[in-house]
Amino acid sequence: MPVYFTREHEWISVDGDIATVGISNHAQEQLGDIVFAEVPETGRRLSKGQEAAVVESVKAASDVYAPVSGEVIEGNQAVADDPALVNSDPEGDGWFFKLKLDNPGELDGMMDEGAYRDWVQTL
Amino acid sequence: MNRETHNGPTDQTQARGTPYSGDPQGGAGTEPQPLDKLPLDSWHRSRGGRMVPFAGYEMPVQYEGIIAEHLWTRENAGLFDVSHMGQLLVHGRAADIALESLMPGDFQAAKDMKPKYSLLLDDDGGIVDDLMATRRGDDFYVVVNGATKYGDIAVMEARLPEDVVIDHMREQALLALQGPRAAEVLETIIPGVSELSFMQGGPFHWRGQNLWISRSGYTGEDGFEISVPAIAAAGLADAITAHELARPIGLGARDSLRLEAGLPLYGHDLDLKTTPVMADLTFAINKRRRAEGGFPGALRILAELENGAPQKRVGFEVEGRQPVREGALILDAEGNEVGKITSGGFSPSLQRPIAMGYVASHLAEPGTALKLEQRGKLFEARVAAMPFVPHKYHRKGAA
Repeated sequence: MPVYFTREHEWISVDGDIATVGISNHAQEQLGDIVFAEVPETGRRLSKGQEAAVVESVKAASDVYAPVSGEVIEGNQAVADDPALVNSDPEGDGWFFKLKLDNPGELDGMMDEGAYRDWVQTL
Repeated sequence: MNRETHNGPTDQTQARGTPYSGDPQGGAGTEPQPLDKLPLDSWHRSRGGRMVPFAGYEMPVQYEGIIAEHLWTRENAGLFDVSHMGQLLVHGRAADIALESLMPGDFQAAKDMKPKYSLLLDDDGGIVDDLMATRRGDDFYVVVNGATKYGDIAVMEARLPEDVVIDHMREQALLALQGPRAAEVLETIIPGVSELSFMQGGPFHWRGQNLWISRSGYTGEDGFEISVPAIAAAGLADAITAHELARPIGLGARDSLRLEAGLPLYGHDLDLKTTPVMADLTFAINKRRRAEGGFPGALRILAELENGAPQKRVGFEVEGRQPVREGALILDAEGNEVGKITSGGFSPSLQRPIAMGYVASHLAEPGTALKLEQRGKLFEARVAAMPFVPHKYHRKGAA
């Protein structure tokens, strides 16, 4: 499955027209201990750039934006119940939501994993 | 992802423009400030400290993680570098009487080597800074907040008589060792320190260096604050953290620990718009000073002592899991704004969000149900007695 990354430190794993979205390991490291996560409800329509989820660490509150447009088919209840999952497995079980892509063309030009990791090194 | 708000260990200079680039407005609206380095700068970096701007310095916000460091301090001993704070020596003729013209403390009756909490006030009774002042013979050793130290010195120099002089002890670093095992750890390095009782200080020696150590701190735990020449600070920090019960702790946990202990943070919970009565710090004004006045803002403060202040600093227990932070509005049952949150976050010890803020005095009773509004969302909260986590100071006569 192709995985894309944004400059906002989100990752998007794409399987057909379903995208799974989370925050990168770099992002969780920067946030530190995560104590609260709010994920979007199933059926919610998100357009690219819209606030989709909330993640809060001991010291900071952040919004997670929808990196692509689509309809939410699942929010990850596991991270809402146990926000520390975002620290322990940010790019795996700590995903935030899945959505059905409106327009796969929105993925064009996004960084792949190698390009993202190289870019993070420059920050 | 966008880092929307910051809280606690960060200050205004950090609120935007951190090296972390998830913030699309990163750097916007903030002029880059030249940052000073602490004497322990490279020590922090070699220990994995993540450095952030704070009070004009690069300071470690965390090492292994705020929650782990917080809980370690509550159970063992945590070493904090607070060298950004201002260490001042006030000396000269009748320094005690001179200090009473700036602050509401009873410095004439202050006993030798006993730190006293006091407040630098402006003429309206607003708080310029909060500080600890310790009589050492005829002189006073004063520790003020880092972000305010230059302003404090200017205020003091402008108001003190010419024959009372302030030495800013820039060559001194300041370390704090806090936690229930702090005495056990420090006693192995500096024999005799465990004989100090809470709010007592004294001179000590370590490897030929003069130290000033007091049994005090900002976590609600037993512990010590150690003034050490900057050139010896890394050696002392190494010696302390060589003990298996002591670990370095960052500013992040310092903030969550003091919040649980109900201790106010200047620039957040205290400022020029708050008075000692509003801030619930009237213990810092004793009977003689209440009777005699003679400190800045006395007219207003004595009236507030008599009749109460319109607002009061209180604690809040917040329902749910989401932290409510500085700036959130406090609403009454009808939705009227009745105050503002000045500090808030997730309590690692209690595993729940807690907060501190100012509320109209008639709503300050513990148990009062109020609502908090943050970014358009309402939270149920109750006024709570502080400290949220009981203090465990080492008082004489206690076990």
